Amino acid sequence: MTESCEVAIVGAGPAGISAACILADQGVETVVLERGEFPGSKNISGGVLYGHDLAGIIPDFARQDCPIERNIVESRVWYASDEGGFSLAYRDAIFKEERRLNVFTVGRARFDRWFARQAEKKGALVVCGTLATDLLRNKAGRLGGVRTDRELGDLKARVILLADGINSPLAAKTGFRPDPAPEHVALAVKEIIELPEEIISERFNVSDEDGVSIEILGSVTRGMNGVGALYTNKKSLSLVIGGNLRDFAELKLKPYELIEEFKAHPMVASLIKDGVPREYMAHWLPEGGYEHVPRLFGDGYLIAGDSGMLFNALHREGSNMAMVSGKLAAETILQALKKDDFSEESLSIYQEKLKESFVLKDLKKYRRFPGFLRKHREIFTDLPLSLSMAARDMLTVDGVDKKTKQSRSWKMIKSKTPLLRLARLLFNAWRSVK
Amino acid sequence: MNIEDKLFLNRFQVDDTSHLRIVDPKLCLEECRDQPCLYLCPARVYTLEQDGRINAAYEGCLECGSCRIGCPELNIEWRFPRGGYGVRHKFG
Repeated sequence: MTESCEVAIVGAGPAGISAACILADQGVETVVLERGEFPGSKNISGGVLYGHDLAGIIPDFARQDCPIERNIVESRVWYASDEGGFSLAYRDAIFKEERRLNVFTVGRARFDRWFARQAEKKGALVVCGTLATDLLRNKAGRLGGVRTDRELGDLKARVILLADGINSPLAAKTGFRPDPAPEHVALAVKEIIELPEEIISERFNVSDEDGVSIEILGSVTRGMNGVGALYTNKKSLSLVIGGNLRDFAELKLKPYELIEEFKAHPMVASLIKDGVPREYMAHWLPEGGYEHVPRLFGDGYLIAGDSGMLFNALHREGSNMAMVSGKLAAETILQALKKDDFSEESLSIYQEKLKESFVLKDLKKYRRFPGFLRKHREIFTDLPLSLSMAARDMLTVDGVDKKTKQSRSWKMIKSKTPLLRLARLLFNAWRSVK
Repeated sequence: MNIEDKLFLNRFQVDDTSHLRIVDPKLCLEECRDQPCLYLCPARVYTLEQDGRINAAYEGCLECGSCRIGCPELNIEWRFPRGGYGVRHKFG
């Protein structure tokens, strides 16, 4: 016996569940296939989520027991060297009241489970512990369903939404999109570090509901194009560090050693002091950027979220792009259902919708950013070290006059990164984000 | 904290059979100079045996896929664990 439905969705992450909510709301028979034991059991993000785009799916999410950890009121960026670093922070009272839940932290094991339950309440069927192993095609070669690893596990569907994440053996097998090259993904490892609620609030100077996000660039990634992060949860901290997968291979770095060194960094160590590690995870971030977004639709299928490389590395936005692309895919499917046409041409309006949304607009705006980081390795090697040495020298009060200090700092910076290279760095930085 | 202790924090539902397999062990021995699987795997699934072979301890796999596309010889056959098996995040 083969089960059938109108829409089959592969993956119960933010993209798949968003689509399922929109479709089920309109009474469309929707089945979500999830390989984990429960939605979220395989999922991970740095740790923040965005209220605006979640409200686009569940308008009153804050009143629906959404498992929110802390509301972010302050964003910090550090440019770290081995023994210290620069810190830039922005805090704003508007994020405490009027724009509360603009950004908040979540644990995805709990959040995705909650989110999937909202889709179920609307009438979607979420089938867990079920791995999509192949796509079914009819005699004409058109997609007609999903094969799973369950006994009698074929699921027929009129249209399939592939929301199966960046690491997709299904894509590698069926070729619905190309497998990413190592230089187009970042490998990140994450630890959950438990601390008492009041200690976290005190260390980060926030109330018990509020929190801080910290992104950390510099020598912490040991020369890799990558980033570290520290986010406050209710009773734990999320500590993340990652780098380009090709860089990991070339520099022969071990992820589990990298995160230990990161924990020992003086600016990090004091914040996680006495914390107890509770979980260790690893995942890819899609970092190919605009140029490497695959074709996101075809006869009988659409691709949303990480699987479609929809990730803005500069602003660490991915979960929201997943939710919005899932929503737009669902709206496309609703239109196609009305026309009873799931051809490539009919589904191509998905691309138009994405182009009109911030998803492809932002990715296009920052299309040069991945290449900029690849080209200017000094951002992660010499530059943080020489800038830190300069700051250390200028801030040391030792009887040496400031003009002497200034000229020797300049000399030292230029000896590591020649002036022309610095000028090119600044120009390319501006160009990559303009 | 070493990698064994880190993996000990996690919950795994271990399947009887491996979801990853080195297709041709000879390739690792004879063709692969850098053997990046030995260090880029965040769970240290791959270790070097005394006879030079590479052993794959699938039980602690975190399912990131890095070995799958990071193997220069594309010599690792990699599936997701069966539905319901493998790593199971507590917090995520």
